[in-house]
Amino acid sequence: MRVLRTSAFSVRYRPRALTASVAGVLVAFAAVVVTLGSGDYQIPPGEVLRTLFGGGTMGDHFIVVELRLPRVVTALLVGAALALAGAVFQSLVRNPLGSPDMLGFTEGAATGALVVVVAGGSSLALACGAVIGGLATGIGVYALAWRKGVHGYRLILAGIGVSAILSGVNGYLMTRAQLMDAARAMLWLTGSLDGRGWGEVVPLAVAMAVLVPVAIIGCGRALHVIEMGDDVARALGISVERVRLTALAGAVLLASFAAAAAGPVSFVALTSPQLARRLTRAPGPNLVASMVVGAVLLTCADLGAQHAVPGRHLPVGVVTGVLGGGYLIWLLAAGRKAGRI
Amino acid sequence: MTMSRLSGSGLTLAYDGRTVAEDLSVAIPDQSFTVIVGPNACGKSTLLRALSRLLKPRAGTVVLDGADIASLPTKRVAQILGLLPQSSIAPDGITVADLVSRGRHPHQGLLRQWSREDERIVAESMAATGVADLAERAVDELSGGQRQRVWTAMVLAQQTPLLLLDEPTTYLDIAHQIEILDLCARLHEEEGRTLVAVLHDLNQAARYATHLIVLCDGRVAASGKPEEIVTAELVETVFGLPCRVIEDPESGTPLVVPGARRRR
Repeated sequence: MRVLRTSAFSVRYRPRALTASVAGVLVAFAAVVVTLGSGDYQIPPGEVLRTLFGGGTMGDHFIVVELRLPRVVTALLVGAALALAGAVFQSLVRNPLGSPDMLGFTEGAATGALVVVVAGGSSLALACGAVIGGLATGIGVYALAWRKGVHGYRLILAGIGVSAILSGVNGYLMTRAQLMDAARAMLWLTGSLDGRGWGEVVPLAVAMAVLVPVAIIGCGRALHVIEMGDDVARALGISVERVRLTALAGAVLLASFAAAAAGPVSFVALTSPQLARRLTRAPGPNLVASMVVGAVLLTCADLGAQHAVPGRHLPVGVVTGVLGGGYLIWLLAAGRKAGRI
Repeated sequence: MTMSRLSGSGLTLAYDGRTVAEDLSVAIPDQSFTVIVGPNACGKSTLLRALSRLLKPRAGTVVLDGADIASLPTKRVAQILGLLPQSSIAPDGITVADLVSRGRHPHQGLLRQWSREDERIVAESMAATGVADLAERAVDELSGGQRQRVWTAMVLAQQTPLLLLDEPTTYLDIAHQIEILDLCARLHEEEGRTLVAVLHDLNQAARYATHLIVLCDGRVAASGKPEEIVTAELVETVFGLPCRVIEDPESGTPLVVPGARRRR
């Protein structure tokens, strides 16, 4: 650990975590540049960079900034938001399975979105539906798990139960939708970045501008201490329930806004904090590093989705699902070798 | 009349529907090493939780420095009163130095996260508990006794004049139990801190405590200096155990020898 200190100000940081985060930002940036240059009309990376910084031809500008940039920015933001939500959840429930996917919030967001689809609403209404659905599920799960405070295991069990019910509801809603709407809903449910414009980027960016500081600055230090047990944290002067409620609300909103923009992209929230942890080798919630890893994961997955099958764009959720599932199996195998599972 | 920065009066303590204690009053003498003993489920740990504001009493108040502890900001309380609870979790892969440094939390702020004072106190706390050599080791690799010393260093780093310990010797073998209790006695004598510990072993309590509180069914059965209150009658009444009380040949404190059911 290194220290940065002046008379009134002091912070500690881990050099390895800093290096890993900076490297992650560079990788994400590289993936962005390559994605912006690839497609039906290829643009070399040098031209993409020039265009991004204000140069380049009118045509390049149109393709890079107007057509492709919103999609890439959506990928960056959705990845970062989901990963941060996952890191907060895993820290709060002290369990690597505590992620919005497992706790039913993304399922709830999907229910909200499907209700809008069945009712024949617009894209904006669909996004609103997703946010409301995710938030309502969050409140429901919290209320179910509440018994003089919320414990990790109860939260996970309540989440799994609610998630199962909602997936049944979602199946029913799909059967009620018109065929065209059902196809649109299905694509959304897989998680896709196709055709994302600034209309999807702006609400998510605004939400993140508020929620990211709330999570990282407002709750970060307290989350470190809460990991040592509720009693220890209370004894160290932390209002555990207040921090937990704030962090949970922030994480549910982040996951819901991300789902509203790109659909419930699977496994990013689950895997990013674990990957970040292995990269930084730091205990604790690793909030910033997780965000960076999430952004890298989703931009790279999107790049992969565009190129995996020649001539066809896969929804990005397919790629993250395959990657995430593989990662879970690897975790299980590694855990079995170490004798933990 | 002894002074008490920490006391509880008329406390009714309950979990959900189960009432553990009613109208319980205790005072912790300043600069004492107070030990709370009593049979299982007599409310020892519950009392400690109430004194450290972790459990809100149904009735009565816990008073810290003349104010109701519930009315004080929790961070302010954490600067005066430290607690080592039984349920502590060492996060995966955390190092000893990192864990101990988290005890500084009540003294830190967003802009002041790691001052020179923090650094010095963490180093001193690790030296006082003999874990300085383990600073960079992972906590989950350590033995039970070492781990308990690390947690003790964490509450020491909190630098509170009052220190509450909930069964600090549980799960330790006898050598490690004595090691922890010697450490507590040293903190009490050399640094003048007020210590309150819940212990299971009556003989250890009698040996180390300067002030003993004997609880039975949520009431104070006796309190005072161990040599004045620990008698065969008291042990028989409180624990239902026929015994003899002799003088500890090592320390001169009362030693409880349980009555033998059968002579060999």
